[in-house]
Amino acid sequence: MLRLVQNTPPPVALRLDDVGLCRGGRMVLDGLSLDVPAQGITAIMGPNGAGKSLSLRIMAGLIAPEAGTCTHDLSGKQDIALVFQKPVLLRRTVRANLAHALAIYGVPRAKRKARIADLLDFGRLGAIADSPARALSGGEQQRVAMVRALAAKPKLLLLDEPTASLDPQATDAIETLIRDTAAAGAAIVLVTHDRGQATRLADHIRFMHRGQLVEAAPAAQFMLAQKSPEAQAYLSGHLLL
Amino acid sequence: MQGFGDAFAAAFALIVGFDADLVEIVALSLRVTLSAVFIACLIGFPLGAALAVGRFPLRGMLTILVNALMGLPPVVVGLGVYLMLSRAGPLGVLNLLYTPTAMIIAQAILVTPIVAALTRQIVADLDTEYHETLRSMGAGRGARMATLLWDGRFALMTAALAGLGRALAEVGAVMIVGGNIDHVTRVMTTAIALETSKGELATALGLGIVLMVLSIALNALLMGAKATSERMAHA
Ligand SMILES: Nc1ncnc2c1ncn2[C@@H]1O[C@H](COP(=O)(O)OP(=O)(O)OP(=O)(O)O)[C@@H](O)[C@H]1O
Ligand SMILES: [Mg+2]
Repeated sequence: MLRLVQNTPPPVALRLDDVGLCRGGRMVLDGLSLDVPAQGITAIMGPNGAGKSLSLRIMAGLIAPEAGTCTHDLSGKQDIALVFQKPVLLRRTVRANLAHALAIYGVPRAKRKARIADLLDFGRLGAIADSPARALSGGEQQRVAMVRALAAKPKLLLLDEPTASLDPQATDAIETLIRDTAAAGAAIVLVTHDRGQATRLADHIRFMHRGQLVEAAPAAQFMLAQKSPEAQAYLSGHLLL
Repeated sequence: MQGFGDAFAAAFALIVGFDADLVEIVALSLRVTLSAVFIACLIGFPLGAALAVGRFPLRGMLTILVNALMGLPPVVVGLGVYLMLSRAGPLGVLNLLYTPTAMIIAQAILVTPIVAALTRQIVADLDTEYHETLRSMGAGRGARMATLLWDGRFALMTAALAGLGRALAEVGAVMIVGGNIDHVTRVMTTAIALETSKGELATALGLGIVLMVLSIALNALLMGAKATSERMAHA
């Protein structure tokens, strides 16, 4: 995005500052500082075990950092939504899952039916609306989880590898959902291992390694040339330990 | 003393002929146990769910207590309720001793810990799976409890059926607070005990067969509910 005033820093939706977290007797997040711009899609990349999923949990307020801080001014309960790497759907139909979410988000009963229809339409879930959600394929469940999160109309949407198990068509559908949501003004954090996806969607890249931020850059610039050897090795497919 | 063969034949005749006394006894048994289990579920479901996801003082103690009360000896419950309801007892003015209501109270006390303890386990297991998801959606404790109870509904049915099995087979408590009065508080188990001691094997056997069939049906239902619950989990 072209900025006319070069010196003002872009607005930030959320910021992790020197965050530390201990799991299994070791520091799995260690001095992690990372900002999520308020505009556009931020892709978090990094090898397995880098701490991406834990970072998202901290951003969502599900776990408190043991050191450092997570700051944002999203005060509403539903301002931040998280779609887990392995989404958990309720033991109900797809429609009932969405109805349940809307009830929790405080949508009045009279308005739910119309909202559900919109959401089913939006996620192209019409054909499976009355199937038991947990009997669906992995990709279908992912889409339901995504739409369920969107039902909250979040200002910050956190997506943990939302297309990891999806076929190209479903991936395309999810990417369209992500783009539409970003266009509607939500800030999006997208954890992905898919370089192509990051290129297609991301405006900003945050590259993590061993619980730390190694590189932060605009996406276009990052995809052309990475500054850190870790990111270079990761993107060129070298095993990174 | 009749021969076994004659007793069986007479027992079947009573069942097939819908013998009025037999039907009355079976009906009262069902009325008492179903009412008791219904009350136990009204208390046990929310109590179990609260023990599973609630955060309040003495939660740990209460959990241990509820689990311990699962094995409450029916005669002790009967004795306790008897003391409460007897004329000199604190609730003596209600005149409930030797009524079906007294039997329902005793069995509800017996069954509530079973339903509550099983519910706690079911809800806690489900909560480990749902916890993060529900929290990330911003669900409060009440909404969380309601979600867990609803999604565990088939597993909870197994808890209710387990309670029903216990109530239906139980004899000590209903004997003490009901008194096994003919046409008033005589239920299957107390009648079987009495008729057997009188040597009236046909009636005892007839009731015994009905009780067996009911308990087999109950177990079939229980297995069905379990299977449905597992099918719903799909994971
Ligand atoms: N409860 C836990 N106990 C022990 N170790 C844990 C626990 N939770 C996370 N970890 C460790 O923390 C590290 C970071 O985990 P995290 O799930 O955030 O990785 P990730 O970057 O999302 O990886 P992936 O790309 O595989 O999803 C991993 O090494 C993991 O083994
Ligand atoms: Mg992860």
